[in-house]
Amino acid sequence: MKILVIEDDLEAAAYLIKAFNEAGIVTDHASDGDVGFYLATENTYDVMVIDRMLPKRDGLSIVSELRKKSIETPILILSALGQVDDRVTGLRAGGDDYLPKPYSFSELLARVEVLGRRKGMRDNETVYKVADLELDRLAHEVHRAGQKINLQPREFRLLEYLMKHAGQVVTRTMLLENVWDYHFDPQTNVIDVHISRLRSKIEKGYDEALLRTVRGAGYILKSDS
Amino acid sequence: MSRFRALLRTTAVRLSALYLGLFAISAVVLVFYVTDMTTSLLTNQTKQVVQDELKVLGNFYRRGGVALLITHIDRRSREPSANLYTIAAPNGSILAGNVASLQPGILDRQGWTERPFSYRRFYQPEGTPGHQALAEVIFLPNGMRVLVGRDLGEPTQFRTTIRRSLAIALGIMVVGALLIWFFIGRGALHRIDRVSQASQKIMAGDLSQRLPVSGSGDEFDRLSGALNAMLGRIEKLNEGLRQVSDNIAHDLKTPLTRLRNRAEAALSGADDAAEYRAAMEDMIDESDQLIRTFNALLTISRVEAGSAVAEMNDVDLSQIARDTEELYEPVAEEAGVQLSSAIADGIHVSGNRELIGQAFSNLIDNAIKYSADNQAEAEVVICLENVDGKKVLSVRDNGPGIPENRRQDVIKRFVRLDESRSKPGTGLGLSLVEAIMDMHGGQLVLESNGESGQTGLHAMMVFG
Repeated sequence: MKILVIEDDLEAAAYLIKAFNEAGIVTDHASDGDVGFYLATENTYDVMVIDRMLPKRDGLSIVSELRKKSIETPILILSALGQVDDRVTGLRAGGDDYLPKPYSFSELLARVEVLGRRKGMRDNETVYKVADLELDRLAHEVHRAGQKINLQPREFRLLEYLMKHAGQVVTRTMLLENVWDYHFDPQTNVIDVHISRLRSKIEKGYDEALLRTVRGAGYILKSDS
Repeated sequence: MSRFRALLRTTAVRLSALYLGLFAISAVVLVFYVTDMTTSLLTNQTKQVVQDELKVLGNFYRRGGVALLITHIDRRSREPSANLYTIAAPNGSILAGNVASLQPGILDRQGWTERPFSYRRFYQPEGTPGHQALAEVIFLPNGMRVLVGRDLGEPTQFRTTIRRSLAIALGIMVVGALLIWFFIGRGALHRIDRVSQASQKIMAGDLSQRLPVSGSGDEFDRLSGALNAMLGRIEKLNEGLRQVSDNIAHDLKTPLTRLRNRAEAALSGADDAAEYRAAMEDMIDESDQLIRTFNALLTISRVEAGSAVAEMNDVDLSQIARDTEELYEPVAEEAGVQLSSAIADGIHVSGNRELIGQAFSNLIDNAIKYSADNQAEAEVVICLENVDGKKVLSVRDNGPGIPENRRQDVIKRFVRLDESRSKPGTGLGLSLVEAIMDMHGGQLVLESNGESGQTGLHAMMVFG
């Protein structure tokens, strides 16, 4: 995967480049809006990470200009402004995701990977499969090793999201956003409880643990085999 | 002197000066118009009388010639009236009549005298000013001249009287207006002085000062009232700001210190990778908690500043209540709390779904956290209902509750009851709920749950 990071804070950018490279992601960097816009239009990237406040050219205007030029690369907007209305303006400008500063790198990485693999990925599949776990999106049914598992509607959506992004780390906030459509940070670990309940339903009595906790980041659904 | 100048500059005084000026001009115009009208009316009347007299005398002349004319003129001259009669020889010497002398040249021209002329009567003492009169002169065929006229004394006097009385009335008005100005303007000035004194104090930094309100409910009071409300809001925001900076100093230093201590301890401890790793993970948790606190603080101040008002829509409270219940149901179960609900359908408000959801999950979060201590039957009830036209979204628990005298305190930022310090939390949850309810024009109401003797909290989000 190849991404573009437009971030004017050089120290933060150096850290991001190093961390993305370690995660196996090739990273181009621009430190102001003009260079960023040039790179974004000249090269092809899988994902762009754009800071909202940039010298020379504002992040949001880059996003809307790229969309006008029909460049549909997934864009994640980074911002120190993290309120409800800021998120809305960011997404309205054409951003695909919005991450308020300060963020943890694992959160950013998880989101970038989800955005990067999003293109045409699994939206058309009606059945998701991970090892012996199967989720039928049309019939709203889940089977493991041929055995039907009864899930509540929300548990189904939770599993659906995890399976759609199987093999990728999804964070708690990503789950809260995509499964519950809330963007705040609940004080207690609400998501953890839902996950452990889901886990007990899909894993109790089976050999392989598919839904794993990634410490400091979130969860990943994958099979070793 | 400067006070007098200030008085002259007040709007009341300026306006009344303008009105007085306009009124005076129109009064003067009126006076002249009225007197002129009267004068010309009286003049016409005079002419009418003179012409009637001439007609009568003409009859005598035709019947009895100059002799009868003179007789009659003589007779009429003896009657007391304002009429003038003169008959003069062609050389100008007066033959009969009640006029001793005339302004020279009056008898030289036939017809109406163009303007009033002066004359003297017989009985009039020497040295007094002459009378004014209008008259018509007729030349007889034999060259004799007949003058019949009427004294103008009456109309002139009438006009003078009217003018004088109007002038006096105007004078009284001006004096009255000046007095009224002085007192009203001075009163206004006085109140404005008090207002500016109060604002000076406010500008000097004492935001608790308020503008004086006299209680009369006039425009000054209304203005002061509005400004006072504004000051109240500013004071509240300012207070919030100061509280936040105090809180940042006190409450954020603690976790920062912990963070630093943890790093220091790891460095000075055993040179062991696993140990380092554990320390790092702890530090990440600690900083996440810090970020959480920061976010909560920022959200509160943003909500209080009203900047999220733009994103208000019609939201389905019933749906929010159900979603939030569903979100917390496993949490409650894990904590051994029985969660139940009575949610009325189809209740909508204008608001921000995200913020209302956040506020309500704060309340449920608290309820579960604190009722979980109630060993035997921890219970939390979510309720959405219409009460007296208000939409009430509430959470009841049977935890320890909040003593009545502390209920206002716990809403303040970072305030936590001593008994709750052992629980996780930022101390900002209820502050955020209150700020969000404020923004929605509603209220956060905290009551004790159920009958006396029972503990527990009934936290209500009341939408107007």
